[in-house]
Amino acid sequence: MSHDHHHHHDHSELSETELRVRALETVLTEKGYVEPAALDAIIQAYETKIGPHNGARVVAKAWTDSAFKNALLEDGSKAIGTLGHVSRVGDHLVVVENTPTRHNMVVCTLCSCYPWEMLGLPPVWYKASPYRSRAVKDPRGVLADFGVSLPKDMEIRVWDSTAETRFLVLPMRPAGTEGWSEERLAELVTRDSMIGTGFPKTPGAPS
Amino acid sequence: MNGVHDMGGMDGFGKVEPEPNEPMFHEAWESRVLAMVRAMGAAGAFNIDTSRYYRETIPPHVYLSSSYYKKWFLGLEEMLIDKGYLTREEVAAGHAMQPGKALKHGKFDLANVERVMVRGQFARPAPAAAKFKIGDRVRAKNIHPATHTRLPRYVRGHVGIVELNHGCHVFPDTAAMERGEHPQWLYTVVFEGRDLWGADADPTLKVSIDAFEPYLDPA
Repeated sequence: MSHDHHHHHDHSELSETELRVRALETVLTEKGYVEPAALDAIIQAYETKIGPHNGARVVAKAWTDSAFKNALLEDGSKAIGTLGHVSRVGDHLVVVENTPTRHNMVVCTLCSCYPWEMLGLPPVWYKASPYRSRAVKDPRGVLADFGVSLPKDMEIRVWDSTAETRFLVLPMRPAGTEGWSEERLAELVTRDSMIGTGFPKTPGAPS
Repeated sequence: MNGVHDMGGMDGFGKVEPEPNEPMFHEAWESRVLAMVRAMGAAGAFNIDTSRYYRETIPPHVYLSSSYYKKWFLGLEEMLIDKGYLTREEVAAGHAMQPGKALKHGKFDLANVERVMVRGQFARPAPAAAKFKIGDRVRAKNIHPATHTRLPRYVRGHVGIVELNHGCHVFPDTAAMERGEHPQWLYTVVFEGRDLWGADADPTLKVSIDAFEPYLDPA
């Protein structure tokens, strides 16, 4: 197949889906089920209000405030509810702590369950077959795909999100950050470190 | 159902490919699909378990070759037709041909947007005492319902330990099929990797699922 042909093929498929999506929205609107402006507002809210910055603030707070950290591990939703500045969070958020002897990783093998309020919409790889199939069987292989390796004897705990509980990994605080403010620490917290497929950034390392 | 969506432990899908600086949506239509699903769900056309079930019933070859939001679209369209909110003819024509069906929570308008940004509540009062306590050994039942279930195949028949009790929640197996919420106790049950994947598996691996009480027997 020539490159041009391939490109053309992709383009036609895309257009067909686009047309079908548009048709469905028109029908839903004409039947009086939805207001298009309300759909716009949903999209805008996803684009502006949710994202990994919410989770990062929670993690940074836990790194600097041991009472908060204990409350967070006890009942994630309740503890986060006490922080006015973080977006509201649904029930049943379970925060799981990485330690020098245990690494946590989150997956949803059956669909794409993910702590949206804390991390935003999940990335494509989280929802795709390679991650969903392999995370529960070969997590070290999956981590290698991310360029991450763990000590050989470290326990790996994989949390398969099969119900309405949602899991957020509390990564270990990087060394060399003593005395840092919450705001500065939050900048080190990556999305992947809260899924368990990465680590927080190291101070001083190029980002 | 034993569908392709139940992927835990399958081989052959290749490497995980993270995309640097991934955009929130790759195409504008993806965001419209997301918004329509959220809006129609909030309006009461379906519950979250039913929407998952419809995505699971997408034929396997289509499921595996469709992007994430394409699956959402296909599931949404089929579900709304099945539930009588629109007809196949209307979808094909791209226009309404008959009046809409009443929605449980009414039309989804701007006043409802805030509501969809927080997840629904799934905890319910307990109809009976919990059968298991933390530390109990339990065996995941060897069941193969042809309808919706949240018990993945890879744990069925295996013994694990109850680690957390999350209280009583809506039971997806009945809710998805519109047979009521039938709240059930929900536990995190942890399995040894080698129990699930055999003696050659990673000895440092433990895997947990969240299991509703009807999925479990004492072991």
